Amino acid sequence: MSILVDKNTRVICQGMGKVGTFHSIHCREYGTQMVGGISPGKGGTVKEGFPLFNTVHEAVQKAGADTSMVFVPPAGAADAIMEAADAGIRLIVAITEGVPVLDMAKVKRFLATKPNCRLIGPNCPGIITPGQCKIGIMPGYIHKPGNVGVISRSGTLTYEAVWQLTSLGMGQSTCVGIGGDPIPGTNQIDCLKLFQADPGTDAILMIGEIGGTAEEEAAAFVKQHVTKPVAAFIAGQTAPPGKRMGHAGAIISGGSGSAADKIAALKAANIEVAATPAELAAAVQRAIARKK
Amino acid sequence: MKLHEYQAKELLAKYGAAIPNGIIANSPAEALAAFDKFGGKPVVLKAQVHAGGRGKGKFPGSGSDIGGVKFTTKRDDVSKHAEVMLKHRLVTKQTGEPGVKVGKILVQEAADIAKEYYLGMVLDRAQGVPVLMASAEGGVDIEEVAAKSPEKILKVPVSPELGLQPHQARRLAFELGFTGEQIPAAEKIMHAVSRLFLEKDATLSEVNPLVVTPTGEVLALDAKATFDDNAMFRHPELAAKADESEEDPAELRAAKSGLSFIKLNGTIGCLVNGAGLAMGTMDIIQYYGGSPANFLDVGGGANKDQVTEAFRILLGDPNVKAVLVNIFGGIMKCDTIASAILAAFDEVGFKVPLVVRLEGTNVEAGRKLLADSGRSIITASGMAEAAQKVVAAAKA
Repeated sequence: MSILVDKNTRVICQGMGKVGTFHSIHCREYGTQMVGGISPGKGGTVKEGFPLFNTVHEAVQKAGADTSMVFVPPAGAADAIMEAADAGIRLIVAITEGVPVLDMAKVKRFLATKPNCRLIGPNCPGIITPGQCKIGIMPGYIHKPGNVGVISRSGTLTYEAVWQLTSLGMGQSTCVGIGGDPIPGTNQIDCLKLFQADPGTDAILMIGEIGGTAEEEAAAFVKQHVTKPVAAFIAGQTAPPGKRMGHAGAIISGGSGSAADKIAALKAANIEVAATPAELAAAVQRAIARKK
Repeated sequence: MKLHEYQAKELLAKYGAAIPNGIIANSPAEALAAFDKFGGKPVVLKAQVHAGGRGKGKFPGSGSDIGGVKFTTKRDDVSKHAEVMLKHRLVTKQTGEPGVKVGKILVQEAADIAKEYYLGMVLDRAQGVPVLMASAEGGVDIEEVAAKSPEKILKVPVSPELGLQPHQARRLAFELGFTGEQIPAAEKIMHAVSRLFLEKDATLSEVNPLVVTPTGEVLALDAKATFDDNAMFRHPELAAKADESEEDPAELRAAKSGLSFIKLNGTIGCLVNGAGLAMGTMDIIQYYGGSPANFLDVGGGANKDQVTEAFRILLGDPNVKAVLVNIFGGIMKCDTIASAILAAFDEVGFKVPLVVRLEGTNVEAGRKLLADSGRSIITASGMAEAAQKVVAAAKA
């Protein structure tokens, strides 16, 4: 089992430029059902084997798309997300980095009127259910089907975590990159709820970063509602306040968002916290052992 | 992106906020002319720098004990103080040791203050909406008020589509205790703060303090504005106003090459792909007893030119005693990055130990390239091993 995506997921790509096309090909090679791309003005033609459509509505009607992978550049990303939601897409995975935060504030309010639609990202590596469906830019081969659910705000640090898990023989149910922006479409708590309810997930690894208070809120949620073993890591223990560490969301400001606060909250919720990024998978093993 | 106080005030005034009379001076002579223009009334000289803590700052080596904000009544003092501000670097608790150069002084008509308030707009990340914050405890560190007595800060969520509504501003004005003619004047400043935030993609739009004078005038006495870098593509007029003189030169240089770089104070230079992994790398260096000299994210598709430039920036820091490269190759293949490292290594001329840890796509080919190169590069397989090796190398 898995959450959000599986072998039946029918995916289109919005933004069929060089990068979007490149990753669409890789997703298709992994086994994802890529049913087409959106390229306004080029509808009816085919690019690299992908049928192109002028609008998302058309792709939903003609290709039965239910999921979208967004590579549209920042200036048009918010509009692309809203188009997908308006067309009835149920899952939107926005890879685009650098979307203005006020655009996302508006998108979030728009999506509140579309209860059957979920957004993941923006500024994220995507989502993968190993062996079934990869939507995003992560290297597919490091994953292995299994029962650890992974939630992460970062990209390559997630690959590091997945690689450690796979190397220790622990496969993954689904890995969700929720992204490093201040307003993510899907947050840690949303993913925790889904993994807790998923019979195919036996343990959860949550990789957080400095900035905001999402990890503190997730920790409180785990304490109340999650019975499965949870391990976590917070990146940015050495980051100084007021400096943005690459991700738009990774900034310690107004006295909140420090790694120390987050780690204290996680530990208080009985979550196994990895001391270093070298022992992410080991922390999952410890969390599982503790629950037994 | 940050604006100076005078620029933020100009924008607020454009949106209808009352601000004190002020003139920008680029020299002591201009400061004097501004003083005369105000008819010899008392003025405040305000050094225009982005860093906070100006008032309590100092100009070391100037022989003067003034700070970055100086109240003056005497004509002779105006040019004397302006000269100190423009000739010496201002050190505040936010600038660190070297301080910052002051390029402009705001000469502002001094206002008598009967009461001070705080007004500021930021994004509430948990709710995903902008929030206007106001407090009758103004002129102080609002973060301290927020921590110690959060009930003294009034918060109003503002719709990003509709903006601050009249009833919201009215309610805030009443709850803050404004009376009579002050109420519409305070509301005007609130609307200006909100419009600046929403129309210019600000991440902070702040008036602190907002003051009421003994005669009942309501003024935005000091202002601060920072903006979403990701939105600057639609605000070229703001981007043109950016003053880069306070930015770290290495950080500016890195940004021009598409590298995300933050200077820190340690001895181990780091080159990593991905922001989360870069932070994690800094953390594990510290865990094993070392100290990172920087945060550096080369992004997803680093090429030889970027790696070369990154190495140059790292080695340009005299504190750097060793360098760690930590790459998890996904789309970026390890053999490609290994070739880039080797080419950059030769071009830059390494004088300190280099530790490289590669993992991911084509890792075997990448490691073989490094091993067969004959260069003195220390390789490591896991993050723990890499961190231990670079910490040892930096201490050797």
